[in-house]
Amino acid sequence: MSSIVVKVKQKQIAQLIAKGKRLDGRGLKDYREIKIEQGIIERAEGSARVLLGATEVLAGIKIETGEPFPDTPNEGVLTVNAELLPLASPTFEPGPPDENSIELARVVDRGVRESKAIDTEKLCIEPGKKVFVVFIDVYVLNHDGNLVDASTLAAVAALLNTKMSNYEYEDGEVKIKSGYMPLPVKKHPVAVTFAKINDSLVVDPWLEEEQVMDARLTITFDDDGNICAIQKGGSGFFQPSQVLEAAQIAKDKADEIRKQLKW
Amino acid sequence: MPTFFERRQLATPGDLLAEGDYIAGEDTYKEDNKIYAARTGLVDYEEKRVNIVALKAFYIPKIGDRVIGTVVEIGFSGWTIDISAPYPAILRAGDVLTRSFKPQRNDLTEVLDVGDVVIAKIVSYDRTHDPQLTVAEPELGKVTRGQLVRVTPTKIPRVIGRKGSMITMIKQETGCHIELGHNGIILITGKNIEDEELALTVIRKIEQESHTSGLTDRISQMIKKEKEKRKEETEDESKT
Amino acid sequence: MSQKHEKLIDKKGLRLDGRKFDELRQIKIEVGILSNADGSAYIEQGKNKILAAVYGPREVHPKHLSLPDRMLLKCRYHMAPFSVQERKSPAPSRREIELSKVIREAVEPAIFLEYYPRTALDVFVEVLQADGSTRCASIVAASLALADAGIPMRDLIVACSAGKAEDTIVMDLMDTEDKQGSADVPVALMPNMNAITLLQMDGILSLEEFEQAVNLALEGCKKIYAMQKEALRAKYVDAKEVEE
Repeated sequence: MSSIVVKVKQKQIAQLIAKGKRLDGRGLKDYREIKIEQGIIERAEGSARVLLGATEVLAGIKIETGEPFPDTPNEGVLTVNAELLPLASPTFEPGPPDENSIELARVVDRGVRESKAIDTEKLCIEPGKKVFVVFIDVYVLNHDGNLVDASTLAAVAALLNTKMSNYEYEDGEVKIKSGYMPLPVKKHPVAVTFAKINDSLVVDPWLEEEQVMDARLTITFDDDGNICAIQKGGSGFFQPSQVLEAAQIAKDKADEIRKQLKW
Repeated sequence: MPTFFERRQLATPGDLLAEGDYIAGEDTYKEDNKIYAARTGLVDYEEKRVNIVALKAFYIPKIGDRVIGTVVEIGFSGWTIDISAPYPAILRAGDVLTRSFKPQRNDLTEVLDVGDVVIAKIVSYDRTHDPQLTVAEPELGKVTRGQLVRVTPTKIPRVIGRKGSMITMIKQETGCHIELGHNGIILITGKNIEDEELALTVIRKIEQESHTSGLTDRISQMIKKEKEKRKEETEDESKT
Repeated sequence: MSQKHEKLIDKKGLRLDGRKFDELRQIKIEVGILSNADGSAYIEQGKNKILAAVYGPREVHPKHLSLPDRMLLKCRYHMAPFSVQERKSPAPSRREIELSKVIREAVEPAIFLEYYPRTALDVFVEVLQADGSTRCASIVAASLALADAGIPMRDLIVACSAGKAEDTIVMDLMDTEDKQGSADVPVALMPNMNAITLLQMDGILSLEEFEQAVNLALEGCKKIYAMQKEALRAKYVDAKEVEE
């Protein structure tokens, strides 16, 4: 199966967009339908599945204990990994993470980390010695465009679903007690991605739009209207005015999408 | 209709050369009625055509070009020739061998071996396949002696000079036969190594200073100095 | 061990290295310093020391990756183990892999890739010493290495960062400002078309602050662009002067 978009379709997509419409009937600023399911993987401390149109991403949270980083001795550790599973797309090959899955993981990471979504100080067990390590694993199950937004949403929804065991800390050992407490999630970053096609900006590009776009721009907002991550991708470019226009639109879209998260 | 650079002025990629009813010539491009430089080089105007004579470029094959290359690989039906271009060139066995041949490596090695140098002509080339060469013409074929030097292809005209003035002068002064490949490879064959070295040094100097003026005179002076130096050295030697 | 500084900006509004908010670090650029590479450039920006080299267009290896209609552009950003305070393993880190990608995507729009189908163009960037905003300095050097190699380009690509130190938006972040400040915005620009080819943000900024940062970075870009052109020209100083 090939992933080349037929030239006739490319023209079609571009022509429609010039008129403010898209192949699936959406407006330029419309997202596809979003479905969020939480707690589907009981073995994980937290999990969530996001459907963004046909794009499907599963995020799982595992919590372990470990040592803090030397320059942040009383903060827990957060780490994000992403896998573009071969079953998600004919273009994904099995193997170690390639530049696309690494970029995806790092953009999701930036959004979660810089927004301070998790109060990492509450993850400290003994300063300088023991902290909780939160592993966020993003698993792309089906690629139909806009993996960044779906993955960020899945990560945050999974964090909101995460429960940590109650514990006691004695003699350098963490002892599990009964009962759970929710992971301290303070902020809910939302990523909004644009594709530039000819000279128009469209929000939430689906796969074929991504294949014909010049470039992509992701802007992640926190609950307070601050930007916590930006990533331009693709081999094209944006005019400075387009960047600022996109940021303005993204702020509003982020607020809209955040309403779908429950906390 | 303004131009923003003078003839023989140095431009770098992205420099705005002219605006208006101009044609984008060599190593330039047109966008929005403006002509920009695409490579570093000297600006040149040919009526409405704006060109850049690039100071550094690489050879792109053209049908009919004479090139000098080195055999790098021997295949079943021919040789792969390195013509100092982004694409390897192919010389088919059928072009060289007149009798029908059996595809055994031995046959081909005897005619042309890895490391041999050939003067050839490009007979076919397009965007979809590598260039094909021929040696089946007079003055083409295997090179048995001489020295090779490589210059940026865009400087070959400078080595030739106006109406051949530069190359004629070098040939006369050094007594060498000089073969110029369009691909920037130059073959120097002289009576002795010293003459060949002199020609080599001259050509290298031309390449480094091709963007300056008064070059022909300076080269002529340089050759005279070198020859005098050599005369003195041989006189010294004969004295001792 | 890195020190934590009390203040990134002092009472006079000067930064740790004495710069004002809109000042670049000292920059030194040289073009064509490696004899084997088809093109090369070296940049020093503050304590950054970065070398860029270009090989190509040349044959694609492995052959099946060859593109029928244009050049295959590859880029490798790599940091020397001794380039940072704590030795960095020579194996490519996730950060280096991401930066290799964004740097490639930053210079790609300038290159006339379609001129040379079925060939490869390799860009190598080595950070010999790092002090913040290395991806920007890398792009400045890579762009010059491409020009030095005679690769036809629409324009040079220039890059500069801006960020937030204390409450001030500042230009050209050095490492301490990046680590202790609250935002880092690297920007790459193709000046002729006013085209932004690299844009990232790491940190927290309001919309207004972000706009300020982008504008400040673009200002820095324009200053560095002039230096790039100068460095290219410097390679071809009139030989007459050299003779005398």
